[in-house]
Amino acid sequence: MNNLDITKAQYLHDIYGNNYAINIVVNDKTLCVPPIAGNTEYQAILEWAKIDGNTIADAD
Amino acid sequence: MTKAAELAKMGEVLTNSQIGGRRNIVINGAMNVAQRATSQASISSAGYYTVDRFKINTNNAGVWTMSQETLSSSDTPFTEGFTKGLKLDCTTSATPASNGTLQVQYAIEGQDLQQLSSGTSSAKTLVLSFWIKATKTGTNVLGGYQDDGGKQFGLTYTINSSNTWEYKTITIPANTADAITNDATRGRIVTWYFSAGTDRTTGTLRSTWTTYATADEAVGQVNHADNTSNNIHITGVQLEVGSVATPFEHRSFGEELALCQRYYQKWLADTANDSMFTGAMISDTQFIGDYFLKTSMRAVPSIASTGTFAVRLKTSDRALATGPTLNRATPDTVQIAVTIADNNESGFAGFFKCANSDDDAFIEFIGEL
Repeated sequence: MNNLDITKAQYLHDIYGNNYAINIVVNDKTLCVPPIAGNTEYQAILEWAKIDGNTIADAD
Repeated sequence: MTKAAELAKMGEVLTNSQIGGRRNIVINGAMNVAQRATSQASISSAGYYTVDRFKINTNNAGVWTMSQETLSSSDTPFTEGFTKGLKLDCTTSATPASNGTLQVQYAIEGQDLQQLSSGTSSAKTLVLSFWIKATKTGTNVLGGYQDDGGKQFGLTYTINSSNTWEYKTITIPANTADAITNDATRGRIVTWYFSAGTDRTTGTLRSTWTTYATADEAVGQVNHADNTSNNIHITGVQLEVGSVATPFEHRSFGEELALCQRYYQKWLADTANDSMFTGAMISDTQFIGDYFLKTSMRAVPSIASTGTFAVRLKTSDRALATGPTLNRATPDTVQIAVTIADNNESGFAGFFKCANSDDDAFIEFIGEL
């Protein structure tokens, strides 16, 4: 029930070099999402990533 | 509310020893707070658009403009102290596709529903009351979903007169089977259906909590999306324990805003050059600073920025190359990172601000259910 129309997802590194946030594009708007279980957008990303062909891209 | 109903409620309150105190579980039921915007056109997909806490869930059921409308003395709820309402204006009509729907949803944290004793023999009913005005008359479905147990219910009410404010009360059944997890995740959703395709209308409407089935969601729902003349207006939403609706619990704007900011808040520039937070260059290209949220949020928030920002170092603004992004965050503090062009300024302190060309840039913090 929390599906988002995600068109792009990419990890971002924090200053320690770890994957922390994920940038996603939803309805032409970019959201920076923390990988925290209680975050609704993060839950939507996990559901989106389960679909064949959807992948969270590595950080630049 | 009639005198008899008031007396009945008083008796119920005395029986339950719940005298006074907070009654309305719904935040922003008077629609006074609209942090995102007061109007949003061209809505055809799900999202939060205008009045806080009320989500539009839609697809393949026309195109809508959502607004926070200002009521006047000609609106009946105005006489009850309501000055704002949620308005949906159909701008492209449709017969909903099989999976099409238009809904207004309100989600509640599980920890705010523990007073229901759900999942026990002492589980309590809720009563939902609200004002509604719609162009389209007929049968409408008020539904609910409980995440724990995966249960739903659907009850009907009738809009009797076109474009006329009507006060509705609906008693939501108790759920004696399924406890609600006592945490900050979603416990229940209340849903007003306004359009539903055959995927949601070919089953049986469930008047008690029953295992979720899409086909049972909105059986009998009239289609408010069938004409561009159609409007829907809602205000005065109150959800309280019991079976008799009491008068609306009006709260101050400041209190309601603070409650809304648990789920969504934004930093909004007032004038060009306004500063948001201080920080420092941790390398020649990366600036980081901490922003303290206005109130603790339900969860670690997502962020989104709109407009043009800059970093002020020494005597001049530096344009952003990337960001702002989250470096670290908690429900109370967000550490924001941006990059700028290399100018050998590692170690310099500065501040993050809206650009001098932008007086309405903003950053959103989103912790919705």
